[in-house]
Amino acid sequence: MSGGTGFYSASGGRRGIRSWIFSTDHKRIGILYLFSIFSFFAIGVTFGLLMRLELIAPGKTIVEASTYNAFFTLHGVIMIFLFIIPGIPVSLGNFFLPLQIGSRDVAFPRINLLSWWFYITGGLLALLSLFTGDGPPDTGWTFYVPYSIKTGTNVTLAVSAAFILGMSSILTGINFITTIHRMRAPGMGWFRIPLFVWSLYATAWVQILATPVLGITLLLVIVERVFSVGFFDPAKGGDPILFQHLFWIYSHPAVYIMILPAMGVVTEIIPVFSRRNIFGYKAIAFSSMAIASVGYFVWGHHMFTSGMSDTARALFSFITFIVAVPSGVKVFNWVASMYKGSIRVDAPLLFVFSFIFLFSIGGLTGLINGALATNIHIHGTYFIVAHFHYVMFGGNGFAFLAGLHYWFPKMSGRLYNEKLSKIGWGFLFAGFNALYFPMFILGWQGLPRRYYDYLPKFQGLQVVSTVGSWVLVTGLIIIFWNLLRSVKKGPPSGPNPWGGTTLEWKTGSPPPDENFEEIPQVTRGPYYYREGGTTEA
Amino acid sequence: MKDTVLAGRDTAGAKLGMWLFLFTEILLFGGMFLLYAVDRAKHAAEFHAAAEGLNRFVGAANTIILLTSSLTMALSIAELRSGRRERSLMFQSLTILFGCIFLGVKYFEWTAKIGHGIFPDSPKLMKLPKGQILFYGLYFVMTGLHGVHVLAGIVVLVFMLISTINRRITHHDYVRIENSGLYWHLVDTIWVYLFPLFYLIT
Repeated sequence: MSGGTGFYSASGGRRGIRSWIFSTDHKRIGILYLFSIFSFFAIGVTFGLLMRLELIAPGKTIVEASTYNAFFTLHGVIMIFLFIIPGIPVSLGNFFLPLQIGSRDVAFPRINLLSWWFYITGGLLALLSLFTGDGPPDTGWTFYVPYSIKTGTNVTLAVSAAFILGMSSILTGINFITTIHRMRAPGMGWFRIPLFVWSLYATAWVQILATPVLGITLLLVIVERVFSVGFFDPAKGGDPILFQHLFWIYSHPAVYIMILPAMGVVTEIIPVFSRRNIFGYKAIAFSSMAIASVGYFVWGHHMFTSGMSDTARALFSFITFIVAVPSGVKVFNWVASMYKGSIRVDAPLLFVFSFIFLFSIGGLTGLINGALATNIHIHGTYFIVAHFHYVMFGGNGFAFLAGLHYWFPKMSGRLYNEKLSKIGWGFLFAGFNALYFPMFILGWQGLPRRYYDYLPKFQGLQVVSTVGSWVLVTGLIIIFWNLLRSVKKGPPSGPNPWGGTTLEWKTGSPPPDENFEEIPQVTRGPYYYREGGTTEA
Repeated sequence: MKDTVLAGRDTAGAKLGMWLFLFTEILLFGGMFLLYAVDRAKHAAEFHAAAEGLNRFVGAANTIILLTSSLTMALSIAELRSGRRERSLMFQSLTILFGCIFLGVKYFEWTAKIGHGIFPDSPKLMKLPKGQILFYGLYFVMTGLHGVHVLAGIVVLVFMLISTINRRITHHDYVRIENSGLYWHLVDTIWVYLFPLFYLIT
């Protein structure tokens, strides 16, 4: 082990920030993405906080209605396109995919860097759309026509930003698939790769097969705004419903771009902290692929009230229920993996537990949305908002934080403060449920989402929700303060503080410049723990 | 990996990456083909009538030009592989030339239509039946998007030409020009579908 500062001391002859933004080392790009993503996340959180503050009382509280519309649009655009879709794959994935398969880098290091440049360009354009043109975009992140074509606000720039972010996503997808096919260490067959890599593989396929459809849809919005061709305008023969179809053909699979890597992180952490082999390796690997493929055929469930034939609605509803099966397979496998294990509830596992809990609530309420009759009642209400925050934040967000804690020693070479991270988790978990659970009830009672004003009878739960947002942010501040402080001040972790058995734990913390002094020879599966809590070898 | 790894370059990996990229291009156009299919199903008769307004001879000529450019593209790679660099350079230049001719023809076709007052949101077009409005909308957007891809292909091929001249692409290391060729063939293939959809089904 080269130890010391690992790859951080190999800057490729560049200094300061240039050693990051021009580096083709997958580890540097991963860290670069990590900081970029969480910077945008902080902006998204701020918009969310302001929205919640506005909603603490009926009528105007802090901003005008039009500003509120800009808030929820930018909150959505930033959280979806800049945080959660790139999210785990580009940061933790970039850093750990090559390490976990025993490779020195990804297949196309320069394209990897290019994808970050696309990402940051798209991100800055999205922010620029706030301050230029005739006002910030106010369409919601879905850019639904006809409003997105008719509104005078700065939609064109925001849509271009999303288009560029899509190109970034596609490049990452291509890179990961090629890397997994071509660069596994000798002896690492398809059923010896860690399950996080399987989840990235499934995600990458969704990225390259779905994102181009978003690309063309966004291009058409721009074309319509500039040339008024009329594809979505009934006066010229077009049909606005076509936009919704095209949009959701991408944006539903995109949901799996968000959740699959999160599931992969969870699958890595459970065996390590239970000292048990994962239960049903192949079932988990194949369920990732099943979710990825079935996920293409459910987009219609976003449009149950938009106007579709009953046959189509019944089919979309049925297929939606089928997606729940592989997700359920995973949940049962995770729980079964812990059975008779020697469980140590450290911070990463704590986040994983809350992931399973929150994701299950999010998933089961998804079935309520997916059933035709109940959907009519809750469509476009706070119920939907609660549902997707439980899946996205409760799912992806908590898993991201779990992974961040789990791999923090590998990335930084240091340990964070365990106690502080658990306190942070407590605030986050309590705040999260106070913030989003009331929305299920509000939605069930009929409060529509995205409305600036509401009836006084809803105020009680709105106040609970807003207070929850403050608790949640307190948790986030504690968690990130702890992590950032530990980068410099944490005690050295050594190469393998958790006793993990995947390949990234077999090299230094932080890993040396080319990852491994010698490319490892793989002779068995990724998780091998002996009964009773000790590792073999 | 074995024999495909050459001078540190994983050529099979590079080609795999390129094929994946081509999938994304097909899906990008796929969205447009989807719109075409839906609109055509709704306005079949008006699509027939509108297609009469396009010049079949010019379309056919452009198809032949683009198909020939694919042939010269393939020949340039075959020649390079057998070490005949000069001939490869000639075929590469021919491919670029055919690409430019295709765009030139397209330019005159478009300007003629625009000259007749047929372009998106034009007053004359808006007086036509809805199916015709959509047909010409699709015509301009789809051939326009395709034209942008031809233009991008030409730029890539110019870079390949320069690299071959500078001997950065040789008969030992030619995966970049092979990948450029794949892209060129894809752009060509898309036109093979656009041509009948807009010019022939009348």
